[in-house]
Amino acid sequence: MWTVSASLIPVMLLSIYVFGFRGLIITLVSIVSCVVVEAISQKALGRPVTAGDGSAVLTGILMAFVIPPGVPYWLPIIGAVGAIFINKELMGGLGFNVWNPALVGRALLMASFPVYMTAAWIPPIDWTQSPLGIFLGAGAVDTVSTATPLYVLKHYGLNALMQQFGGMETIWRNFFIGSMPGCIGETSALLILVGGIFLLVRGIITWYIPVSTIATVAVLSWIFGGETWFGGQPLVQVLSGGLMLGAFYMCTDYVTSPTLKSAQIVFGIGVGALTVLIRLKGGYPEGVCYAILLMNCLTPALDEWFHPKRFAPPKQAPVAAVK
Amino acid sequence: MAGFTFPRGGIHPEEHKEITEHLAIEEMPPPAQVVLPLSMHFGAPAKPVVKKKQEVQEGDVIATVEKALGATIHSSVTGVVKTIESRPHPTMVKCDAIVIDRNPDAPPREYQSEDWRKISREKLLAAVKNAGIVGLGGAGFPTHVKLSPPPTAKIDTLILNGAECEPYLTTDHRIMLEHPEKVIEGAKVILKILGIKNAVIGVELNKADAINALNKAAKEASGSDDMNVAVQGMEVKYPQGSEKQLIYSLTQRAVPGGGLPFDVGVIVQNISTTLAVFEATVMNKPLYEKVVTFSGRALNKPANLRVKVGTVLSDVVDFLGGTRDLLKIVSGGPMMGFAMSTLDVPVTKTTSGVLFLNSKETDSDLHGPCIHCGWCMEACPMGLSPKEVGIFVEAGRGHLTERFGVFDCFECGCCAYVCPAKRPLVQFARLAKIQIKKHG
Repeated sequence: MWTVSASLIPVMLLSIYVFGFRGLIITLVSIVSCVVVEAISQKALGRPVTAGDGSAVLTGILMAFVIPPGVPYWLPIIGAVGAIFINKELMGGLGFNVWNPALVGRALLMASFPVYMTAAWIPPIDWTQSPLGIFLGAGAVDTVSTATPLYVLKHYGLNALMQQFGGMETIWRNFFIGSMPGCIGETSALLILVGGIFLLVRGIITWYIPVSTIATVAVLSWIFGGETWFGGQPLVQVLSGGLMLGAFYMCTDYVTSPTLKSAQIVFGIGVGALTVLIRLKGGYPEGVCYAILLMNCLTPALDEWFHPKRFAPPKQAPVAAVK
Repeated sequence: MAGFTFPRGGIHPEEHKEITEHLAIEEMPPPAQVVLPLSMHFGAPAKPVVKKKQEVQEGDVIATVEKALGATIHSSVTGVVKTIESRPHPTMVKCDAIVIDRNPDAPPREYQSEDWRKISREKLLAAVKNAGIVGLGGAGFPTHVKLSPPPTAKIDTLILNGAECEPYLTTDHRIMLEHPEKVIEGAKVILKILGIKNAVIGVELNKADAINALNKAAKEASGSDDMNVAVQGMEVKYPQGSEKQLIYSLTQRAVPGGGLPFDVGVIVQNISTTLAVFEATVMNKPLYEKVVTFSGRALNKPANLRVKVGTVLSDVVDFLGGTRDLLKIVSGGPMMGFAMSTLDVPVTKTTSGVLFLNSKETDSDLHGPCIHCGWCMEACPMGLSPKEVGIFVEAGRGHLTERFGVFDCFECGCCAYVCPAKRPLVQFARLAKIQIKKHG
């Protein structure tokens, strides 16, 4: 879990560059409150205190990465109670939670503080205007006047998106690097990809869930995302919102995702399909969080439906080899 | 050469064989006293046929099994029966044992060689039975029973298991290297008993010298007897030496769950067992001594020792210069062996190795909860779900785990080896089996 946390450091650094130190402070508040909530709840529930095992730290980082940078500093504390105490410790502790803790935290904040969670966006710091922007950014939150690309796309259409964020190529480039309004750690597809590939190489995650999730979003948003069929913008959909972070870091959570390859692919397709459904037809511009939480509900069933291929199970014809 | 292998799962643990693989088999002088448990393996315990204070010769029968499945026990020294009483046992905690004080002046017993080709099948089989041979790889199934398959079974291949995939152990390796001709001859004796022509010796490719030695011996012996003994290199992967995996690697035949090797026309014997068959039939020597690897970094002088069955471990440790920083004693390999709490236990017929591990070789961390990473399912060579079995057992529902195939589990330990939470998955599986049986 420490390796996973370490692989998110580049994302954090970019976030500081784009949104200022606010994001870092919120992330630190989130980490500390997750660890503290875990320690207190374990103590209260009479369990051995394992708050230092890295799991709560990772939850803290991921929860901060999916909330906007302009929220009040105390907000993650509420999220940590939902993520760690309600979702994890009351469910039985590490390994027994049904839902991804970081996303439960986000969902709770979304339901409780919808204004902060849907409006506290910060535009990327314009370094040509103000080299001090990185410091100013930390203070200038009350004058938020921007929206996320998905919000613009959903409510005003593709032309408005191009107007606000530049031409299609500028959009692709900025979105890929991460220079757009969004949650603290979800904007940079590039750095999330770097971290994800690092985890893949280290054998900590497998490619089945991220690839099936992202591919499903790309295909479905291409087919249904435009004004005509096959007229959508798959790249914009894939690069914006929390999809990359969700696919590589939330969907691959061991505890809340299925174990077998085949089940993982079904899980990934489910997350992708629900994401597109919510983004295009739902009330929210962004759907990754709820898509993952909904598929988390199916994980125990997927684990039940898909079985590993047994080597020479009983009652099989003797010489029939299992390849 | 990639080598033959089995289709799924498996792990590559550190081998640690370098400690003893270059050490020639050494003879340990007989100890002053031997302790021979009446139950050393699978099957019924033997009944003593000697009394207290009776004099016995090396190789004399001291306990037999009349009707039930089991094997004869012979005295491993010349001396006097001191007592028959309960003594510490490697796997059963305590067990009745015949204790014999050695007569220090008695010379070692001599045996006369015979040509097995002139002996009938029935007599060869009887010789194996009378010698008290059991499978020396660990399970200890009586060999004469294994060599008398039911007439309905169509056996066509004998497999000799020279995989020795357990880390640390080098017993079979040294036997194949130092006595390849005895292994080949032993294989031919078994082929004659079974009435078949083909044998394959499967050896992991990390023992290239043993493969070469066996190939050379097989070549020299080929052409005679109208029998074919081949040597096949196999990929270095644990558990290559597990019976079902080995059979698949060498013949691409899969023994179904609950089935036996002869269901697919195969009989498997261990290398040490083959050597014992050779000694029993050609030299008329019963099984009362065997080659055992004594290894581990806590032991001052690791060795491959030929010891008398019944030698108590403390005598072996004294002979090998004692231990330092000793934390754990394991009978067998580190993957499937049993931890032991005392040095008072004797070497039995099924002891293939004894490991003396220091604090660096032992992991004593507490285990955590299952996080469903699924690594155990990747590692399981049988395609089972160890994590589910563990969770069920922890929740007190071990009797519901049969659907995860827990009876196909042969407790190789791959799952526990890869588990990041260090969960004792093999122990969970053992508990699950017991709970299913109890529950009916």
